[in-house]
Amino acid sequence: MTTVVAQRPKSLSDVVMNYCPGCTHGIIHRLVAEAIDALDARERTIGVASVGCSVFAYNYFECDMQQASHGRAPAVATGIKRVLPDRLVFTYQGDGDLASIGAAEIVHAAARGENITVIFVNNANYGMTGGQMAPTTLLGQKTTTTPLGRDPKTDGFPIRMAEMLATLQGPAYIARVSVHSPQAVKQAGDAIKKAFRLQAEGKGFTLIEVLSTCPTNWGLAPNQALKWLVENLIPFYPLGEFKKEEGGA
Amino acid sequence: MRHEVIMAGFGGQGMMLAGQLLAYAGMLEGKYVSWYPSYGPEMRGGTANCTVVVADEPVASPVVSRASAVIAMNRPSLERFEGTLAPGGVLVYNSTLIEQGPTRTDIKAVPVPANALADELGDKRVANMVVLGALLAVTGVAKPESVVASLRKTLPERRQNLIPLNEQALAKGAEAAQGAAAKA
Amino acid sequence: MSEPKLMKGNEAIAEAAIQAGCRYFFGYPITPQNELPEYMARRLPEVGGVYLQAESEVSAINMVYGAAGAGGRVMTSSSSPGISLMQEGISYLAGAELPCVLVNIVRGGPGLGGIHAAQSDYFQATKGGGHGDYRLLVLAPGSVQETVDLLQEAFDLADKYRNPVMLLGDAVLGQMMEAVRLPRDLDEPLPPPPPPESKVWATTGAVNRSRNVINSLYIEPERLEKHNWHIQEKYRRMEAEEVRYEAVQVDDAGTVVVAYGTTARIARTAVDEARRQGLKAGLFRPISLYPFPYQALREAAGRARRVLVVEMSCGQMLDDVRLAVGERCPVEFYGRPGGNIPTPQEVLDRIAGKGGEAK
Repeated sequence: MTTVVAQRPKSLSDVVMNYCPGCTHGIIHRLVAEAIDALDARERTIGVASVGCSVFAYNYFECDMQQASHGRAPAVATGIKRVLPDRLVFTYQGDGDLASIGAAEIVHAAARGENITVIFVNNANYGMTGGQMAPTTLLGQKTTTTPLGRDPKTDGFPIRMAEMLATLQGPAYIARVSVHSPQAVKQAGDAIKKAFRLQAEGKGFTLIEVLSTCPTNWGLAPNQALKWLVENLIPFYPLGEFKKEEGGA
Repeated sequence: MRHEVIMAGFGGQGMMLAGQLLAYAGMLEGKYVSWYPSYGPEMRGGTANCTVVVADEPVASPVVSRASAVIAMNRPSLERFEGTLAPGGVLVYNSTLIEQGPTRTDIKAVPVPANALADELGDKRVANMVVLGALLAVTGVAKPESVVASLRKTLPERRQNLIPLNEQALAKGAEAAQGAAAKA
Repeated sequence: MSEPKLMKGNEAIAEAAIQAGCRYFFGYPITPQNELPEYMARRLPEVGGVYLQAESEVSAINMVYGAAGAGGRVMTSSSSPGISLMQEGISYLAGAELPCVLVNIVRGGPGLGGIHAAQSDYFQATKGGGHGDYRLLVLAPGSVQETVDLLQEAFDLADKYRNPVMLLGDAVLGQMMEAVRLPRDLDEPLPPPPPPESKVWATTGAVNRSRNVINSLYIEPERLEKHNWHIQEKYRRMEAEEVRYEAVQVDDAGTVVVAYGTTARIARTAVDEARRQGLKAGLFRPISLYPFPYQALREAAGRARRVLVVEMSCGQMLDDVRLAVGERCPVEFYGRPGGNIPTPQEVLDRIAGKGGEAK
């Protein structure tokens, strides 16, 4: 007799992903797929891929998907949700997409309490285009467009999106998680499941910010990248729940 | 037959609505009609005006450069639109608010004390119907009955009781216009 | 058919769209089209639809993208500067082959320009507008009634070709009230629109089928090329099947006036007056601006002594008229750049060969 102890979630496609070795996008994809499976919702979920490293996410989730233009995933998700209010709708966006070019869209989707779930992957740089400064790049952090390190005099300050959006009345649930350790992955999975569950219950806007590594552009080995995340990103981007089921529709 | 009427006043003097009723009346009489509003960045103050065309043939442009008639409810409107009247055109103006009439002599000026007549009827708001009644009497753009029919069609149920008052205002305007014409 | 009603163009468009089954509207305020979204905000909830005021035109067009991809019959409206902001999203809609209706109540430009009527967005509307090799099917009504009549068709054409359809109006058509007959009276019940699931390609949830993807990204050159040939094939089909125009007294006309939309109304009056004065003039009015009626205009011009193009722009449709006419006869132009509307007399003067050089 055999017992299945681990398998690919039904909502995750059986394809090779394009992510770099050591990048944690793959783990986050799996957590999202598991959250959809936990609600047995693959057939009534529509995902929205954004522009960035996760641009091909529409190939990786085994549910209906739309590909949005850069930054506009929350607007696209809004359009979908207003036509199909009983389906689950999520966006999967990086930090450049969500916090820079798409800042207006995320703020207003959150303010409307739009009943969607946003997965916000923060790796503190523009990964796909080769490691440029992102709105979440830390002060002093070197990128291809801040070769001497981010200087607030010329480059401004990083944005804590989870905290900022949590000041709005619309959101029902906002949390920041990480995936640097098995324990952190477990907690991240729980938060993502909670967000999808709240959406299914019609509670309103939910957003999970996930701290992620970018070994290639950070110039670090995968294990060093995880260490760098713990030592540098988490102190500035603390993990936790910033908004819990207050606002929303 | 082609009437091109500019109707102008302060916002709140009811010229836009009177213009719509005139266009509606023309439509009920089987004419080609258009109504075109002035619109701008300012929401209040200034002049509000509209252009109504009532014709036997399709309306080319709802914006006219030469009007066959003008209604001016206040001094700024008269100053602005007196010049757009075609020679022989009709100028109905609200003599309650406009003491000094037009300077042109090649037009037909019809002073109507619209506010005073509306006050006599007990409702300031029907001053617009008074001048409309005057315009109809002098130009024959549409029949007063058609304006009343338009009111019946467009007023909500709870406002239908205002129709007799509006009918009286139209009649009072017509009477005043005829009096003014007799004097002229 | 309803009784004749006196309606503003903007409101008539909104009601006709709802009667054509539109249940989703996303927009952002801009003069001179505000009565359209305001009407939608009142009326759509009554018929079980959704009105949403977006945070920008950029968001509005992307909401349209999401809703169209989810199978909804959806539209947006704006005016020139707002339509410029939407161009990226419109390119994505065309690339992802999503049906929707876009209304442009054109105002003068460039930049903030003005708030009065113009026809200076012809290039943007008919030649693509955003990046990439795509076209919108562009319809240009000449009256409030024709606007209403074209709306049902606009939605059906959008679905037929899975391509955005643009209704190109202007501030005169939007702001003017005219007598109009709607397909139904306002208190008549409307049939329910077809469910989103009736569009088998839409992302409505992968129930008993493989998953659907709405996408315009083809990273492999071979696949992108194949996709582009596929959408080009649709445009060739539109060019063969969807040409619309009106020709008035062009058969014996020495001067064929070419004008569309509001300008065509003015040209029509001038042509009628010219005939009364014994001048043989005719009017050729393109109704579909893309596909442009090249062939029909070529034939009309072949019999004429000259062609006179009249526009509320400095000469945009003029290019297409020249392409159609070629060397068959001279093409003259009279235009005003928007804000001020040409008068019938100005056009008549040009028909009569007066009025000096064309502006």
